[in-house]
Amino acid sequence: MSPEERFQSIVDAEDKIEPTDWMPDAYRKTLIRQIAQHAHSEVIGMQPEGNWISRAPTLHRKAILMAKVQDEAGHGLYLYSAAETLGVTRNELQELLHQGKHKYSSIFNYPTLNWADIGTVGWLVDGAAITNQVMLTRCSYGPYARGMVRICKEESFHQRQGYELLIKLCQGSDEQKALAQDALDRWWWPSLMMFGPHDTESTHTEQSMAWKIKRVSNDDLRQQFVDMTVPQADYLGLRIPDPGLRWNEARGHYDFGEIDWDEFWAVVRGDGPMNRERLAHKVDAWQEGAWVREAALAYAEKRAGRSAA
Amino acid sequence: MTYEVPVAPGESADIETSTEISGGVWPMWEVFVRARRGVSHVHIGSLHAPDSETALQNARDVYTRRGEGVSVWVVPSREVRAFEPDDAVDYVEANEKVYRMATTYEIPEEVGQM
Repeated sequence: MSPEERFQSIVDAEDKIEPTDWMPDAYRKTLIRQIAQHAHSEVIGMQPEGNWISRAPTLHRKAILMAKVQDEAGHGLYLYSAAETLGVTRNELQELLHQGKHKYSSIFNYPTLNWADIGTVGWLVDGAAITNQVMLTRCSYGPYARGMVRICKEESFHQRQGYELLIKLCQGSDEQKALAQDALDRWWWPSLMMFGPHDTESTHTEQSMAWKIKRVSNDDLRQQFVDMTVPQADYLGLRIPDPGLRWNEARGHYDFGEIDWDEFWAVVRGDGPMNRERLAHKVDAWQEGAWVREAALAYAEKRAGRSAA
Repeated sequence: MTYEVPVAPGESADIETSTEISGGVWPMWEVFVRARRGVSHVHIGSLHAPDSETALQNARDVYTRRGEGVSVWVVPSREVRAFEPDDAVDYVEANEKVYRMATTYEIPEEVGQM
C-alpha cells in the first residue's frame, strides 16, 4: 500500500491522523492555513468584547465577560498548539498575522456599538461558531479535533450567557428592547456570512470533504444555523431583518434572502469597518508586551544558570 | 466555514508559514492533568513558558479553568522521546502473538468463571 493509500484508508475508516503520521503535503498545508486562521480569529475576537468590559452594566456581567474573553485567549492557545504539531511555530504564525499576511474571520471586523451587541455576539456569532466547531470535533486530524472538543464545551457557556443577556434586555424597557433589535439588525447578515461562500463558489470544499477536514458544506451549515436561530429570535420578540425569511413546509426548512456578497468580499479583502483598527491594536499589544516576554526569559536563564553552578 | 477565511477571487489560497522572528522564544512544555483522585495524569496539550514555574501557572490558566484537574505536570517538550512512525509497525506485529491473550485458551464451562 502506498503512503497516500494508507493515509486515505485511515481517514476513510474514521480513524484520526496524528502528528507523526505520513500525510500529503496539501493536507498539511490546508490544515496549517485553517488552524492558523482559526487561532488568529480567537485572539482578534477578544477585541470586540474586550471593548465592553469596563462598561458592563453590573459586576456580574463584567465577571462573565472577563471569563469569556479569557476563554477566547485560551482557544487561541489550544489552536496555535494544534498548528505547531504540523511543523510551524506560534511565533511565526503570529508574526505573519501582524504583517497582514494571514487573515482571520471577517466577523471580527464589525464593531460592537451598544451593550446589546455583547449579548448578540454570544448568541449569533458564538452560535454560528458552535455549528461549525461541532462538525470539526469529527475532523480527521487528531490534535485539531481534540482541541475542538474542549472549545465546544466552553462555547456553550458563551452562547448561553449571550442569549440570557438578551432575554433580560428584551424583558426590560422599550429602550432596552430597541437596543437588542438594533444589535440583531446589524449582526444578522454578518453572522450568516460566517459560513462562507455558496457551495457552488467554494473552491476547497470537495478536497476538504474527502480528507474529512470538513464534514458538512457551507450552505448546509448555514441552513442549520438559520433553522435553529429563528425560533430563538421569536422567543425574544425580535424581528430578523430579512423580508425573504419564511418557513418552507415542503423543504422542512426556513427560506431566507441572499447575502450581500459585495460586502462579504470587501471585508475579506480588508475593507470592513474595523480591519485596520483590529490589526493595529493587536500589533500594539504585542509590542507593548515585549519587555515582559524578554524579562521572563532573562529571569529564567539567570535562575537556570544559578542552579547549574 | 466559520473561521476559515474564503479565498477572494484573484488571491492565492497558499499562505506563508515561516518568517523572521525577533526576540527570544519561550520554550514549549507538554501538560498532563490528573482529572480526579484515583486516575493517572493524561496529556492534555502544550504551551509556551520561560520556565517550569510559569509553565505550571499557565497550565492552570489555559487548561484547568473549570475544575478539569486536581494535579498538573509540565514537562519540557524537547525531553520527550517518541517512536518514529515506522517503529510503530512493531506494535502492530506484537498483536499477532495471540497466545498472549487470555481469550485464546478454551476452558470448559463446568469449571465456572476463570
